[in-house]
Amino acid sequence: MTDIAQDIPVARPAPPRRSTGVFGWLRANLFNSVFNSILTLIAVALIVVSVPPIVRWALIDAIWRAPNGQACHGGGACWAFIGEKFRFILFGRYPLDEQWRPAAVIFVFAAMIASACFRPLWGRRLAIIWFVGMSAVFLLMAGGLPGMRRVETALWSGLPLTLILAVVGMLFGFPLGVLLALGRRSRLPAVRAICVGYIELVRGVPLITVLFMASLMLPLFLPAGMTIDKLLRAQIAIILFAAAYLAEVVRGGLQAIPKGQVEAADALGLSYFQRTRLIVLPQALAMVIPPLVNSFIGMFKDTSLVIIVSLFDLLGATGFALTDANWQGFAVEAYVFIALIYWAFCFFMSRYSQVLEREFNRGKRR
Amino acid sequence: MSDAKAANGATSAAVIELQGVHKWYGEFHVLRDINLQVQKGEKVVVCGPSGSGKSTMIRCINRLEEHQQGRIVVAGIELTSDLKNIEATRREVGMVFQQFNLFPHLTVLQNLTLAPVWVRKLPKKEAEETARYYLERVRIPDQADKYPGQLSGGQQQRVAIARSLCMKPEIMLFDEPTSALDPEMIKEVLDVMVGLAEEGMTMVCVTHEMGFARTVADMMVFMDRGEVIERAPPKDFFSNPKSDRTRAFLSQILAH
Repeated sequence: MTDIAQDIPVARPAPPRRSTGVFGWLRANLFNSVFNSILTLIAVALIVVSVPPIVRWALIDAIWRAPNGQACHGGGACWAFIGEKFRFILFGRYPLDEQWRPAAVIFVFAAMIASACFRPLWGRRLAIIWFVGMSAVFLLMAGGLPGMRRVETALWSGLPLTLILAVVGMLFGFPLGVLLALGRRSRLPAVRAICVGYIELVRGVPLITVLFMASLMLPLFLPAGMTIDKLLRAQIAIILFAAAYLAEVVRGGLQAIPKGQVEAADALGLSYFQRTRLIVLPQALAMVIPPLVNSFIGMFKDTSLVIIVSLFDLLGATGFALTDANWQGFAVEAYVFIALIYWAFCFFMSRYSQVLEREFNRGKRR
Repeated sequence: MSDAKAANGATSAAVIELQGVHKWYGEFHVLRDINLQVQKGEKVVVCGPSGSGKSTMIRCINRLEEHQQGRIVVAGIELTSDLKNIEATRREVGMVFQQFNLFPHLTVLQNLTLAPVWVRKLPKKEAEETARYYLERVRIPDQADKYPGQLSGGQQQRVAIARSLCMKPEIMLFDEPTSALDPEMIKEVLDVMVGLAEEGMTMVCVTHEMGFARTVADMMVFMDRGEVIERAPPKDFFSNPKSDRTRAFLSQILAH
């Protein structure tokens, strides 16, 4: 119908002048009411007041090169400190002459993440890529091959440690969370009770206390001489925590599936597992992508709590870098730097979640 | 199993048999002593006022609802709490719902091939051929790659019928298949159902479409307050109902 209408030339009245163009846009978006006009003016004032000093500090007055900390104290930011310390911030206490390995690990992670963005790879191939990638990460970090010195996990630090804790936490915590969510809705009372008990217990305790207990109290209960790797303990604590939080997010999605979907699957003769895997979970998970990613972002940043058991992740290594007597007083620069790193990852996750949402909600589009 | 076989022998060709079936929702007695036999190829139309238990009854036949007393034998298998038996029965019994219940995250073709591939273990290609055949049958062959949300209600219900047929069931259950449809779409769904009936499918339909009932039904069943009040061939049922309640019901729905 519209096609036909467009084929016939008709003189159309032009829209009123004031509703189009820059002026029209300003009117429609920034000054469409008294209240909005006031808000616009306040916002403009804030920008005028705050942006120039920030630009001056970060760029114009900044010092980019300096032999030591004393020479670096001017009016602006001391980016020379980052130049001096970025290796320590990124790789922490990892042996200096072996630091190509954690650097390579960061690239492996980047490659894995990039592969997840590439739609045609989704499915079994992506799983293989990630399996190979994670194996490479651990091989590079731990070493042990000829020509690669063994590096104990206590020395793993910086950005690779943050990425390992977060990614492994998600890879294991998510499936465990899905199982807990399904268990919580099980018809078997025992299964339900265990899942509810676990979720409520873990959610009710701060992660930091569990990390603390795992590292200080667990050794007391273990037989003498038996130790569990400190990193492994922290990683397990993070996985168990992630699972409890993710379970509740997933449960929200499960509850939103109409009963008719389950009945239709049952009526076709699908088994519980087929029904769950093919009908219920795909819809439930697609529905909770935004809160899931919210949890993932929170988890990514929560990994910095491992500092409590003296594992030096990105934040911990940064704190350590700030204690250098030659370079005192550059905490702001250091934290701005790692804030940008954290932000880049979290922003990526948020964008990626939007892609996933679009991809998995195709059926709902009309 | 031996029980099930015995029941089968006793009632010759009955593919669905309900004997003294009772069901309660809490205190509420939804089904009271339901007895019903459906022979192979027979078309039974169940009607009655809302809340009379007709949907519950039909849903007991593939155990979407559990009965608490009595026996239900479907396609030679007695329905008990044994999951294997339930799944075996459901493979042979197709069901069409009032709300269609298509899987919105799958395309039409995927909706149709899902159960044949996963439950019947058919090769994907064969399942797709079957699916396209039945899409042709329900007269929407060109919608295979769309998502259910992109179709009209009538089209969705026809896809739902095709989805059930792809499992090649012995019996089809229809639970008010046209009640959620706009009037102009009811006919397209009923046409498909009439076609099915003409091919000899065993059908149990809960519906208020009395025109359809007159055309295809071998047997009319009238239910009220959880009981089967009357059972008769459509000719007698419509022209000479025996029970007052049936008469009252018919006069209400046929008044317009």
